[in-house]
Amino acid sequence: MRLELSGLTKTFGAHRVLDAISLDLPDVHAFVLIGPSGGGKSTLLRILAGLERPETGHVSIDGAPLPREEEPLRKYRCHVGTVFQAYNLFPHLPALENIMLPLEKVHRLPRPLARTRAMETLQRFQLEPHAHKKPAQLSGGQKQRVAIARAVAIKPRLLLFDEPTSALDPEMTAEVLEMIEELKREGRDLVLVTHEMSFARATADQVAYLDNGKILECAPPTQIFTAAQSESCRRFLGKILRY
Amino acid sequence: MPANPLPPSPWRKLTSLLLAFAVIAGIFTFAFSTVTYQWKWPGVWVYRDLFLRGWLVTVVLSAISLVCSCLIGVIFALLRRTPFLPLRYLARIYVETIRGTPLLVQILVFYYFIATAFHMENRYVAGVLILSVFSGAYISEIIRSGIESIGQSQLDSARAIGLTTVQTYRYVIFPQAIRQILPPLAGQFASLIKDSSLLSIISISEFTFNAQNAASYTYSVLESYIPLAFGYLLLTLPISLWTQSLERRNRFET
Repeated sequence: MRLELSGLTKTFGAHRVLDAISLDLPDVHAFVLIGPSGGGKSTLLRILAGLERPETGHVSIDGAPLPREEEPLRKYRCHVGTVFQAYNLFPHLPALENIMLPLEKVHRLPRPLARTRAMETLQRFQLEPHAHKKPAQLSGGQKQRVAIARAVAIKPRLLLFDEPTSALDPEMTAEVLEMIEELKREGRDLVLVTHEMSFARATADQVAYLDNGKILECAPPTQIFTAAQSESCRRFLGKILRY
Repeated sequence: MPANPLPPSPWRKLTSLLLAFAVIAGIFTFAFSTVTYQWKWPGVWVYRDLFLRGWLVTVVLSAISLVCSCLIGVIFALLRRTPFLPLRYLARIYVETIRGTPLLVQILVFYYFIATAFHMENRYVAGVLILSVFSGAYISEIIRSGIESIGQSQLDSARAIGLTTVQTYRYVIFPQAIRQILPPLAGQFASLIKDSSLLSIISISEFTFNAQNAASYTYSVLESYIPLAFGYLLLTLPISLWTQSLERRNRFET
């Protein structure tokens, strides 16, 4: 996909979370955002997900600008899959119904068809034993995998992940990252905010480093991880990679 | 709280319950025996039909008010969340006024001014409306706090998958909020039933009004009012037990 950002600014109260960000990536498939907490990466991802509207600036994906009105923005959201750090699933619905809900109510699939599609998606990721369990009966890793399955089932044009493994232990983190890796291999475009540097290094084709609401660095992972230009990025990576 | 003590055996529960009853019965027996009061039950018994009819009117009035007040409650809970400020203030003023003033005053003002001005001739319709408006204010607060108990992450997820606002309420917020809402709502129903007794002041011949009449016909005040207490208890006790079982279920599920 082609991702263009121009002059993107977002403020929360007096705090400027994104400060006139511009970027043009003509052909990116796995775009990873890294940087310190509060640096603006989650906000950028939420704008890409159509959940926040920037005060100024534009985003366009494959040449199509992101709408600014709520209703067209909602339609846009129907076609991107977003996975948050935690609490993605609706606790009152079993895994299967969680996946069926957007298929049936948003994409207007007839119920039997929605059920079949949801079941197929669960099977694909070896989650069918959990189809009828409620989120409270699933482990953290299983919950995230069901959430990803829900995002994938709608056949989105783009997958967005906001720190999808930050609330998980290392073993669960691995199973979730494997799933994301698999989606990337099958050619799905994705944008990922993460603190998992080795995963970023292995999977990303472009990595952006955000700090203080600015993109200080945007390059292929080999370049970022071995020869970061900015002092801030070098310090960040030095700290995070030390252990 | 101590960590889960063993639940008492049914036998122990029964004897404890009987003991508690015995203590209360003892106090009342003693109290009644010290006061010399000439009980005249047969005189009141003559009016048993009056009591029964009143009780049924109370049941029907409360049931209709209950449905209406739930509707009002939902509407005003949603109004308090609209982006349109005048409606939000309207809802706020309604809730604060009703909850901050005595039902007695509300009944008088509504019946003698508003109902008259709008040519509402039927006092039963007026009575149901007053009760619904009164109870609706409390229910709207119960529903609002239920809605607000749903976390921002759930709303984010709902938006992310493309649900509309209406769909979000229908499929995400209400099904989860209902568990928070039900126990206090059931409690409110019990209050509604007792509060309906105040409608007697506008001569609606419900349970309390009829008991008052029986008392004035027979000059047997206690004999008329004690059955009244049992009549209300018959309605409120099952609701109270139901509330407790709902609360227990919530505790286990979360």
